[in-house]
Amino acid sequence: METIKTKIEVKERDRLPVIGDREAVFEARDLSVFYGDQRAIDSVNLTIYQRLITAIIGPSGCGKSTFLRTLNRMNDLVPSASISGELRYRGIDLYGPGVDAVEVRRRIGMVFQKPNPFHSSIYDNVAFGMRILGMKKDLDGRVENALRAAALWDEVKDRLKDSALGLSGGQQQRLCIARAIAVEPEVVLFDEPASALDPISTSAIEDLMHELKRDYTLVIVTHNMQQAARVADMTAFFGLEVKPDGSRYGVLVEYDETAKIFTNPSDPRTEGYVTGRFG
Amino acid sequence: MSEPAFTLKATGRLRRRQLVNQAMGALALAAALLAVAVLAIVVISVARRGAGSLNLDFFTQSQAQGFNPKGGGVLFAIVGTFVLVGIASLIALPLGVLTAIYISELATPRLARIGRMALDITNGIPTIVIGIFVFTVLVAAHGQSAFAGSLALSIIMLPIIARSTEEVLLLVPPAQREASLALGVSRWRTTVQVVIPSAMGGILTGTTLAIARVAGETAPLLFLTSLGVASHADANPFHPLSSLTLVIFEYSEQASPDYQSKAWAAAFILMCFVLFTSLTAKLALARYRKKLEG
Repeated sequence: METIKTKIEVKERDRLPVIGDREAVFEARDLSVFYGDQRAIDSVNLTIYQRLITAIIGPSGCGKSTFLRTLNRMNDLVPSASISGELRYRGIDLYGPGVDAVEVRRRIGMVFQKPNPFHSSIYDNVAFGMRILGMKKDLDGRVENALRAAALWDEVKDRLKDSALGLSGGQQQRLCIARAIAVEPEVVLFDEPASALDPISTSAIEDLMHELKRDYTLVIVTHNMQQAARVADMTAFFGLEVKPDGSRYGVLVEYDETAKIFTNPSDPRTEGYVTGRFG
Repeated sequence: MSEPAFTLKATGRLRRRQLVNQAMGALALAAALLAVAVLAIVVISVARRGAGSLNLDFFTQSQAQGFNPKGGGVLFAIVGTFVLVGIASLIALPLGVLTAIYISELATPRLARIGRMALDITNGIPTIVIGIFVFTVLVAAHGQSAFAGSLALSIIMLPIIARSTEEVLLLVPPAQREASLALGVSRWRTTVQVVIPSAMGGILTGTTLAIARVAGETAPLLFLTSLGVASHADANPFHPLSSLTLVIFEYSEQASPDYQSKAWAAAFILMCFVLFTSLTAKLALARYRKKLEG
């Protein structure tokens, strides 16, 4: 069990608090999410800060993906999903009256577990969102910028008209990242973005996230603790609560700087999880 | 080494089971061959009787006039069929695709079930009944017209197009919809720009199958549009127009051998049209797939 702990490399960071005077982007207050009568996550209090990478880790079924999909209202697509409590995005109640989920998703982009390029050319994949949202000025330049930002330009610049499905899995995922940032969101959510990729592609995606951090607020769900330790500034550990009546739901156990979560967690459940003992 | 006390060869009951096995296999093969043979026999017999009467006049002339005339062609019926099927497709295609979009993308599961059931029932209505329905609402008051016939054909096409479209819409992976929605694209734009293009091959195939099906319909047209012969081709949908199926129906009952051979020839070109449409759809689908996969 101890071997796992030693394998986790925590990058040396300056000792100043990671958060500093950063602006809060998401503020969850007593946020619970339900599917029908079933509680998926319970009373989460969590603040996500601007231009940091925030990782959400935890065992399967602890609601980390549910939490992520609540942040850009993708959960609206599940008819039975509902929330209680409050979730603010830069001060505005995300689930308040008059808030349009489509506008929310334009500002808060998402990259999924499995690369899901459209069945069209590389160029059209990146241009898709911009065309629909009316960002038509200098489309070629914007496509190039997005592909450069996703570290894919050099690999595809000579075959922009080729089908996106001809790319490798790792390239497809970077294309999906290019597509997401092409519409100039403020936040990009990553739902286990590397779990379907080989180690080299995974490392490319992680490098890319470090680059993107300069311009975007990133939130990543991962079941890979090493990955969280490598990329994230802040880490939230979600645990699974099992009640005597058999109901189970996710709770936020601990949220702190990544270095602290992996070296000196406050909660024994976090320590158990990051050292390989499920707690 | 002594002989083993058993044999691994088939004997007794196993031998009998193997014979049954072979007999049933042969029977299944025979049935499959028969199914293919039926198609071959129909195609060959129609081609033998029909192809001989084909000439340029058959496609470019309408019925010659006079008592028991020789010569002339069925241009009027070919044009009539195209007008009838064309207008029916123009009505049924958008309605069918929209119905499919509602059922697969927007409706709650319960409404979707009701919608599917309604389409299946419509698909099962005998076409002559659809003909009578259109007759009472349209023809009884306004007289026969190709448009009335098209309307009946479009009612037949609608469930075929809607059901086949709906089935391919369901095949489009949810991840494709999510990708678009996560970019801040609305539900409808997502459907139009992502889901429909992915499903286009299936929509085209369904439409083509529906076209092939109604091009061969006779019953609902009998009392909606024109029986009889025409001396010139007419494409006005508000006139009663004839069609290839009506020509086959009518000419085959005539005593004159000239009319009968024309009926065979009309049957032959109708059959060719249906085969050609199906093949075109298949080829278009294959090319579309290839383009998709790069």
